Amino acid sequence: MAEPAPPPAPETPPPRLTLRDLQSPLAGPFTLELPRGGCAAVSGQSGSGKSLFLRMVADLDPNTGEVRLDGAPRAGLAAPAWRRRVPYVAADSGWWRDRVAEHFAPDQLARARELAARLALAPDLIEGPVQRLSTGERQRLAVIRALVLDSPALLLDEPTGALDPDSTAKMEAILKERLAAGTTIILVTHDPAQGERLGARRFVMRDRRLEPAA
Amino acid sequence: MNAISLSPFDLAIAAGLVAFDALLSVLLRLRLHRQILIAAARMVVQLVAIGFILRLVFSAAHPVATLAIILVMSAIAAREIAARPERKFKGFTGLALSGTGVAIATVVTVGLALTTAIRPHPWYDARYAVSLVGIILGSVLNAGSIAFDSLLGGVARQRGAIEAQLALGATFDEAVSPLRREAIRRGLLPVINQMSAAGVITLPGIMTGQILAGLDPMEAVKYQILLMFLLSGGSGLSAFVVVFGGLRRLTDERQRLRLDRLRD
Repeated sequence: MAEPAPPPAPETPPPRLTLRDLQSPLAGPFTLELPRGGCAAVSGQSGSGKSLFLRMVADLDPNTGEVRLDGAPRAGLAAPAWRRRVPYVAADSGWWRDRVAEHFAPDQLARARELAARLALAPDLIEGPVQRLSTGERQRLAVIRALVLDSPALLLDEPTGALDPDSTAKMEAILKERLAAGTTIILVTHDPAQGERLGARRFVMRDRRLEPAA
Repeated sequence: MNAISLSPFDLAIAAGLVAFDALLSVLLRLRLHRQILIAAARMVVQLVAIGFILRLVFSAAHPVATLAIILVMSAIAAREIAARPERKFKGFTGLALSGTGVAIATVVTVGLALTTAIRPHPWYDARYAVSLVGIILGSVLNAGSIAFDSLLGGVARQRGAIEAQLALGATFDEAVSPLRREAIRRGLLPVINQMSAAGVITLPGIMTGQILAGLDPMEAVKYQILLMFLLSGGSGLSAFVVVFGGLRRLTDERQRLRLDRLRD
């Protein structure tokens, strides 16, 4: 008896990021599909569960449901490997060494300096101590830490929350470039216009559930 | 041995010093006199009680009696280690960890001493086993409680730094390695101080006791050296077990930081 022919390869590639019934006792369920280069902007009141949502996608909080990257299930990857592909930048940046440069792998430093220059950060900041950074500088450098990973997806929690309009525009320009290059981004923002500027699908987090923005 | 026996009257004279402390507290309004007097009274009652119990256990000369008293002492040490940190695990995790640490540290060090250096006949002779456990538990308690407190306090304070690393793909091991090093280092500081000060700054209690009780100083010194080695071993094991065990409970199969397993 002849083997049945394998099913034809699908015409369309699987979505970059697939969330199906992602939930925890604290938030969800969330179901969402984003293509390569797709962007989702989530806004909502403080405490509505926006950060919880990103943390669940990053697998930093216990959760159930299905998450896929380019069709491959998250459960098939070790957690650190998953987070390297889908890194998360918290609104409150965390630092674990004294000097900024020590937070980058040696081979990432050149890229980090380049991105820092584009975000109008003084070149000597990267060599200096973390202690001397302002809130806005910390935030930009924390986003750079994730950008240098060149990951297929990014989870950004208020990446421009502490930035002035000029720095915000510079950050958005970099994010737009990444989107155009195929990176998929979920970001939390308090500025509804930001989602529009990035061409994002806009959502509102209400009572720990995602709703399409009106 | 020609130990000079102490009479209750001798002790009463020394107790005058405690009364002096209390008097100072009253005069200087330090509000410590109640605490000093209660602590002194408590110390006397506890020691007299253990003296009677040890006399009973020594005369019983039975392994069950020896083991029973060792178990009670170890359980109290484990409880103290678990109770010390400001941040505590939910449920009985803390007690399970400290119990394991105390058990491993005590069994290994005391076992080593009783089977190699000191070989009493019979092995369960309470005079040796109970005394060794008593002195080692002090160090085990010190190292374990300081390391445990340092770990649980540090992990809560450094949450942002640890999760920032995890969020970029670091393993849990990498993210907590400074914390782990710091907790174990702190746990071992007391015994390092104790060893480096021994004989120069302080005459260790055991040695002093033996010399006062009439033993030749060189014999007392040899015992003291043996004990110091046992104490450092006990400290290291105790700190190591509570810190590694604690870190295992602070993460899960997805290498998350599980602060939800601590009490609020």
